[in-house]
Amino acid sequence: MAGQAIHIKKEILVRIIKAFLSDDFEEQTRLIPYAMRPKGMEVPYRCCVYKERAIIKDRTIAGLGFPIEEDDETVSLGTYAKKALERTEISDKNLTVLQAACKGCKTNRIYVTDLCQGCVARPCQTACKFGAISIVNGRSVIDDSKCKKCKMCVNACPYNAIVKITVPCEDSCPVGAIKKDETGFASIDYDKCINCGRCTAACPFGAVHERSQIVDILKAMKSDKKVIAMIAPSIAGQFPGNIYQLKTAIIKSGFDDVYEVAQGADITAKTEAKEFLERMEGVNEKNAEWLNAWVNEGGYGEEEQTSEKDNEKVHNFMTTSCCAGYNQLIKKHLPEIKPYVSDTKTPMYYTAEIVKKEYPDAVTVFISPCVAKRAESFENPNVDYVMNYEELGALFVAQKIQITELDETKYVVESSKQGRNFGFTGGVAESVKAALPDEKAVKPLVINGLNKDSIRQLKKFATSGECEGGCNLIEVMCCEGGCIGGNATINNQKTAKKLIDNLANTSKDIEKI
Amino acid sequence: MKKVEVKVCLGTTCFVMGGSNLQELNDIIPQRYGDKVEIAGSNCLGLCSINWEYSKAPYVKVDDEVVSEATVEKVLEAIDKKLS
Repeated sequence: MAGQAIHIKKEILVRIIKAFLSDDFEEQTRLIPYAMRPKGMEVPYRCCVYKERAIIKDRTIAGLGFPIEEDDETVSLGTYAKKALERTEISDKNLTVLQAACKGCKTNRIYVTDLCQGCVARPCQTACKFGAISIVNGRSVIDDSKCKKCKMCVNACPYNAIVKITVPCEDSCPVGAIKKDETGFASIDYDKCINCGRCTAACPFGAVHERSQIVDILKAMKSDKKVIAMIAPSIAGQFPGNIYQLKTAIIKSGFDDVYEVAQGADITAKTEAKEFLERMEGVNEKNAEWLNAWVNEGGYGEEEQTSEKDNEKVHNFMTTSCCAGYNQLIKKHLPEIKPYVSDTKTPMYYTAEIVKKEYPDAVTVFISPCVAKRAESFENPNVDYVMNYEELGALFVAQKIQITELDETKYVVESSKQGRNFGFTGGVAESVKAALPDEKAVKPLVINGLNKDSIRQLKKFATSGECEGGCNLIEVMCCEGGCIGGNATINNQKTAKKLIDNLANTSKDIEKI
Repeated sequence: MKKVEVKVCLGTTCFVMGGSNLQELNDIIPQRYGDKVEIAGSNCLGLCSINWEYSKAPYVKVDDEVVSEATVEKVLEAIDKKLS
């Protein structure tokens, strides 16, 4: 995300946490905009210090877990802080838009710039299939009511004089869930939103916020209950120090115990490998059956049998099921692929199950690279809260925890190399392969990031029942690069991958099924 | 000539507040300045504790000069100034 916008969001999180840990949460929260933009300060971004404070107030509302859209500006941050302390339930609408920041962004349209030379050939007019371009005073003009934004004129102009004005959040959304409406403000259609978090990272004004559950988590830490952190595999590349020092740091920050979700990833990999074998054996048996039937019936010429095969789980390929963004996509936009998706649960699911067995009364917190896992947590009663990497980082900053200076704490269960590799593209398919007795049985295809093209591709596989190039295992990662490309990651992908490699290469191999 | 020393703070605060992006400097600096500049990661430089200025993190030291809210561009600028 744009550097400064993310810096401000993190600073606000740190201040909220510090306010919570102080003697007067409400008053300290109320003062956040004034502390960040004190009287007389040079105004960094906007027209005046008052506007800056108003925007910071809005961002703080999101940090306290409330929707910015519903704020009527009369309620003080102190009151919001109080409401956050009092609430017992959290909303499953995980994102909120700071619409005041949308002002700087023009609506999506095609626009003829001053570079238009008013040429004689007028290729733009010829290219437009909708008659939207006319010539006024020797220059091309677009009638927005007729324009379908097909960009034919943009491509036709030899002077590059016609441009498409893009809205970054709209452009980044793979499912058309965020749109600037007629008033010019962006809003999210939660019926369509798959919680991929792409818009939070794409907006140069940092307008899209996750609704943080940090206050609820801090509250749980203050209570008598044990609070257990479950750290996603991609975390190994996100902080200084190693994951054993990280465990010490997380405990120091207020948690009672830490589990590696890579432990659950090992279960996912093995369960998925078993399921893969069953499904593929099913395919072979079914093919043999059909062949026999076909031969017995005398080969060609017989009417095609429409069997009830769709009800049986026999399909030529299987897709992975651990990415929360992909699971949301299946539910909301791609139901036709459901029969091909493995029934295996996610690493978070298995880990939370283990934790709740060992600590039945504990509050469980999944430490996440992305907003999509928040959506998954609402479907899983074993996961109480989700805290993203930025929020965990803020928790360390607020308490001055230096990870690299801490001792190491071991995990009760050491996860495998493959489980620890779940967080980047290709890692999940590799782990399923490694868990199989015969690795050659897998012909993987990796979908590295959901976008309009890859969604179309998946749709094609689902309708035709065949995957490209005879592949039989499709790994789907919503984010490009995998979880290390999640919207709430701290480190850049290259170094994150290197750090994960360092850990994985010293870890044991996964057991075969 | 004495080398210019660049120290990138790898304390938790600096790392979280944006220092992770400064790792690019490990590639850029040798390419651009060869032997003239030496870059190293450093444990917490202690700068975030002065008046509790975490909001100005990440910090980088170029010789004795402190670069706050450091970005790759700001650090390169500070090096250029030292070398000129």
